[in-house]
Amino acid sequence: MQYQSQAVAKPYFIAAIGLFVGQILFGLIMGLQYVVGDFLFPEIPFNVARMVHTNLLIVWVLFGFMGAAYYLIPEESETELYSPKLALLMFWVFLVAGALTILGYLLVPYAKLAEMTGNSLLPTMGREFLEQPTITKIGIVIVALAFLYNIGMTVLKGRKTVINLILILGLTGLAVFFLFSFYNPENLVKDKFYWWWVVHLWVEGVWELILGSILAFVLIKTTGVDREVIEKWLYVIIALALITGIVGTGHHYYWIGTPEYWQWWGSVFSAMEPLPFFMMTVFAFNMVNQRRRNHPNQAAVLWALGTSVMAFLGAGVWGFMHTLAPVNYYTHGTQITAAHGHMAFYGAYAMIVLTIISYSMPMMNGRKAANSGKSQIVEMWSFWLMTVSMVFITLFLTGAGVLQTYMQRYTDDPQPFMVVQERLELFYWMREVAGLVFLIGLVLYIISFFVGGEEPEQA
Amino acid sequence: MSETFTKSMARNIFYGGSLFFFLLFLALTFDTESALPDRDNRAAITEQVAMGKRVWEENDCVGCHTLLGEGAYFAPELGNVYNRFGSTDAIKAFIASRPKDGVPGRRSMPQFNLSEEELDAVAAFLKYTSEINTNNWPPNIQG
Repeated sequence: MQYQSQAVAKPYFIAAIGLFVGQILFGLIMGLQYVVGDFLFPEIPFNVARMVHTNLLIVWVLFGFMGAAYYLIPEESETELYSPKLALLMFWVFLVAGALTILGYLLVPYAKLAEMTGNSLLPTMGREFLEQPTITKIGIVIVALAFLYNIGMTVLKGRKTVINLILILGLTGLAVFFLFSFYNPENLVKDKFYWWWVVHLWVEGVWELILGSILAFVLIKTTGVDREVIEKWLYVIIALALITGIVGTGHHYYWIGTPEYWQWWGSVFSAMEPLPFFMMTVFAFNMVNQRRRNHPNQAAVLWALGTSVMAFLGAGVWGFMHTLAPVNYYTHGTQITAAHGHMAFYGAYAMIVLTIISYSMPMMNGRKAANSGKSQIVEMWSFWLMTVSMVFITLFLTGAGVLQTYMQRYTDDPQPFMVVQERLELFYWMREVAGLVFLIGLVLYIISFFVGGEEPEQA
Repeated sequence: MSETFTKSMARNIFYGGSLFFFLLFLALTFDTESALPDRDNRAAITEQVAMGKRVWEENDCVGCHTLLGEGAYFAPELGNVYNRFGSTDAIKAFIASRPKDGVPGRRSMPQFNLSEEELDAVAAFLKYTSEINTNNWPPNIQG
């Protein structure tokens, strides 16, 4: 670790991993509810479990992004963080606000939570992924502003690199587009239209800048490849991501009351969205092949390569599968969407956070560059268990989705939703088993932090 | 990547391309806003419908159901439930009749204890939703 203040990232990463565990436990609850419909009913109905599952995901990934920025920005800027105290204060604010929100979901009925938090004053609740009480949303904005101020001031007084500028641009975009979560008109079509300005312009827009810059940072550090080369790749990848992804938002505007021309704009542009992800894969493997040294932290390199491949498969391939309007007409809002969502989020955003944690944690724990060989072997096992089980979760959901699409939408004799769901049970059971393997992988991941031993030699 | 393609060229493509396509997206957004009045059934948005949307949101209906295909995939699509059930009364009766403790072994909608006014509102909201021009989606009545 080159700068003391980088250590501020550590609590962010620990919180991220803790919330990740919670996310997976609630995922397993929901997975079981798909086949044992009354499991935990009425104490934890499906919608509550789902809110907890998706909101924990968003919060832990945000913790991961912030931790990544606190670690990476001082090193890139070659100066201490502007205010480590502010960073720590915001950590606690965000953690407490997040915990209270999750407890609110679990302990009181959602309608009661809306009433308690004064949703009627500025109604923003009850929309997918934006379920947080309005007051929590305001808290998120405050934390984001303090965070941007802190890292912005750090970059201003230090060296400006492509990596820290792109990272800040991505994080600023994240904060700006989140503001659309406060716009909730009575007109359902407009509500849906601008809801995507948060959701799509995050995950298929500005978050890709964050992903790209973190990946570029880790690749520079672990491969020793010339910064000029890596930064050029980074520019090309994020250029392609935004050129295809912004108008690609149109693939959400096929069937929600918006004009028909979106079927063309959305199909053509989102069909190109896999390109930046494919380039990211080529980029990561190329850089590792051209490496000038063998970094002792092989686990971090594995995560970096893994995220590039899984993001391409999950976001690129599984996204393309149902993005063309004539296909989407049948698959819209089925288990196909769920399959894509799972692999894309894990591949692109969970894995990039795990990559930067893997790279930076050994240093923050006082090691020179890497954990012991034994610890890395356990971590690599966790990589494979989580990644392979996520592939199977995705495949089983895809199987369910294909059948659902056929039986409910495509055949000449369409069946009611619940009739079809019962026929899909086998696939849901298999998905649950794969989810349990994922949990085992996650437990191993945590264990890897506690495996001691000598640090491998710098090669 | 080759030497003739420099980093500053890549940078210019990033900034120029992103800006251009964001402006294109804004232009399409403006055009959409002007096309929406003919499609989004806004004439039907009464105070009751607006209240129904609030009931929909404050009970997190989208946490199980899809609405125009967006939401969770645990329970049926409701964008066309008015057509499937045939009347607002049928929708109200269904919501009001959910057993408090669920159905053994099966998925069941919770009992939300909505007032008569809230039931009317949410049913009116679902009727309004069913009359939005969705380019003929969903493909059939099953949603």
